[in-house]
Amino acid sequence: MTALPKRLSLILLALLAALALFPAWGPLAFTVKYAFLLQKLTGIMILAILAMSLDLLVGVAGLVSLGHAAFFGLGGYMLALLSPQYEAANLWVVLPAAMGAVALASAVVGFLAIRTAGIYFIMVTLAFGQMGYYFFNDSKLAGGSDGAYIYVKPVVEAFGITLVNLESKQAFFFAVLGCLVAVYLLLRVVLASPFGRVLAAIGVNEGRVRGLGFDPMAYKLVAFAIAGALAGLAGFLAATQYGFVSPAMLGWHQSGHVLVMVILGGMGTLFGPILGAFILELAHFGLEAVTEHWLLPMGMLVIAIVLALPKGVAGLLLQWCGTSETLVERGAIEAPGAPRRSQGSESDRPALEGQTRPKEGGQ
Amino acid sequence: MSVSPFLFETRSLTKAFGGLIAVNSVSIGFREREAHAIIGPNGAGKSTFVNLLTGHLPASGGHVMFKGADITRQPAHKVARLGIGRSYQKTNVFPTFTCFENCRLAAQSHLATSMRFLRPAAAYREISAKASEALERAGLASRAGRIAGTMSYGEQRQLEIAMVLATAPQVLVLDEPLAGMGKEESEGMVGLLQELAQVYTLILIEHDMDAVFAIAKVLSVMVNGTLLESGPLDQIRASKAVQDAYLGDGAEAY
Repeated sequence: MTALPKRLSLILLALLAALALFPAWGPLAFTVKYAFLLQKLTGIMILAILAMSLDLLVGVAGLVSLGHAAFFGLGGYMLALLSPQYEAANLWVVLPAAMGAVALASAVVGFLAIRTAGIYFIMVTLAFGQMGYYFFNDSKLAGGSDGAYIYVKPVVEAFGITLVNLESKQAFFFAVLGCLVAVYLLLRVVLASPFGRVLAAIGVNEGRVRGLGFDPMAYKLVAFAIAGALAGLAGFLAATQYGFVSPAMLGWHQSGHVLVMVILGGMGTLFGPILGAFILELAHFGLEAVTEHWLLPMGMLVIAIVLALPKGVAGLLLQWCGTSETLVERGAIEAPGAPRRSQGSESDRPALEGQTRPKEGGQ
Repeated sequence: MSVSPFLFETRSLTKAFGGLIAVNSVSIGFREREAHAIIGPNGAGKSTFVNLLTGHLPASGGHVMFKGADITRQPAHKVARLGIGRSYQKTNVFPTFTCFENCRLAAQSHLATSMRFLRPAAAYREISAKASEALERAGLASRAGRIAGTMSYGEQRQLEIAMVLATAPQVLVLDEPLAGMGKEESEGMVGLLQELAQVYTLILIEHDMDAVFAIAKVLSVMVNGTLLESGPLDQIRASKAVQDAYLGDGAEAY
């Protein structure tokens, strides 16, 4: 079902395999540092889930949200609030409850935010994000500015048998990896569906979508709720991993950080934001080890990538693998028997002089 | 009130932008399967009128009636769902989608809702079939796989029509479908519009008088936001008022 070029699929699968096998080769390569790196990678995968959920809004629907971390943080806080203090919560209860609550919250925020567009949408989402931050920062609920601890991780059981022991760092690594792959595949499926096609069309030309008989508001709202719920999942996983939540999870720093991952990685591609998360976080980690002034080279790296790769890392990979389209990922699955995509250059019909518009290269 | 002979009509439709009255109490009736052209000099309010007809702009006064129901306050997407499809004066396609995908998206309006999340859009065969049919009809079957933004301008105009057809409308409102086209492309488009006029209720905004006379059976002339005259081609041709106001001063011969 994949619409990715074959070579690219292979590259991504190879990266996935290297990641999945880290518990096998990591101890040999890094010895003492392995345990730390395993946690680091787990954390990056959680951020990658968050970045993918944001890509549904930014890259697909053209909704640049600067308050997405609020839903991430809210997912974490839901776990903290729903967990009994000294006992394990049941994952089958707390995870759906947390995601449901976050979906509801994001639907409410989305309902108000999607009435605006462009810069105003950015401002409104930023304002809502900060409201979320100050709500948890200033209220007595869940420890205020000190944050709250989750002393016991949720249990994953079926019929009294523990399926995954989240206390085990390695098991948790695999659980998060599973979530990462599942969210990616889910979003791919959604993008290929009638809903996803309308959403992608809204990102390209909203007015025309309305003219064809679809109400863009409804589709944007549902997208906002889906993205919120998935951000909530990421926040839930982060809270589970660290056993701690704090208001900073909701703040605009975090929102901006994830937005940079999406842009660096390549908007509207889903796999790009995953790569963006890894590149940004590993660069941070690597540079930090070399110099305490890591922010300077980090900033230069970000500027360099943005200047050199306007379509992000994903754009570069797509070009390498023989297509210049950034929108391949937008769920383009051709109908059976439908002709393959082709570019205009090999047009068999000579362009009428003065009638051909300049190629919309690069968009 | 007596039963209206019209499928689609406006009654004293008015649109004011601040002090400027762009469309001033215009009442036009469109009969079923009749090709009706609206002509007039630049700034006559034709495009505003189209935007009012299709719910793209809210009216300041008057009514838009479709099949006897008042649809004046309906938003654009609901008007489209009722079976009133429109094309735009400026090319308005999804440039990053293929030609086929543009039409498939339009054809998705046949689903009661596109809020369907799991089955791929490509698996809805009836939708794909409608999209292919519309492409075929508009003469773009061989361009199905092309990225819309890379096609020639004339082809993009054809795609514009194909997308409207894919929604299977009852009324086609076409805002200057020939705008910016070369001679050869224009001829092809006129042929297509003549065919469509047999099947659909066609409302055509157009400057090219040769095309208008080749396609339309009924003509309405707008000047300065008001309806100057409306009637069968011959009546309009013979009208002194129309000749003075519009037809006479153009280089276009007919």
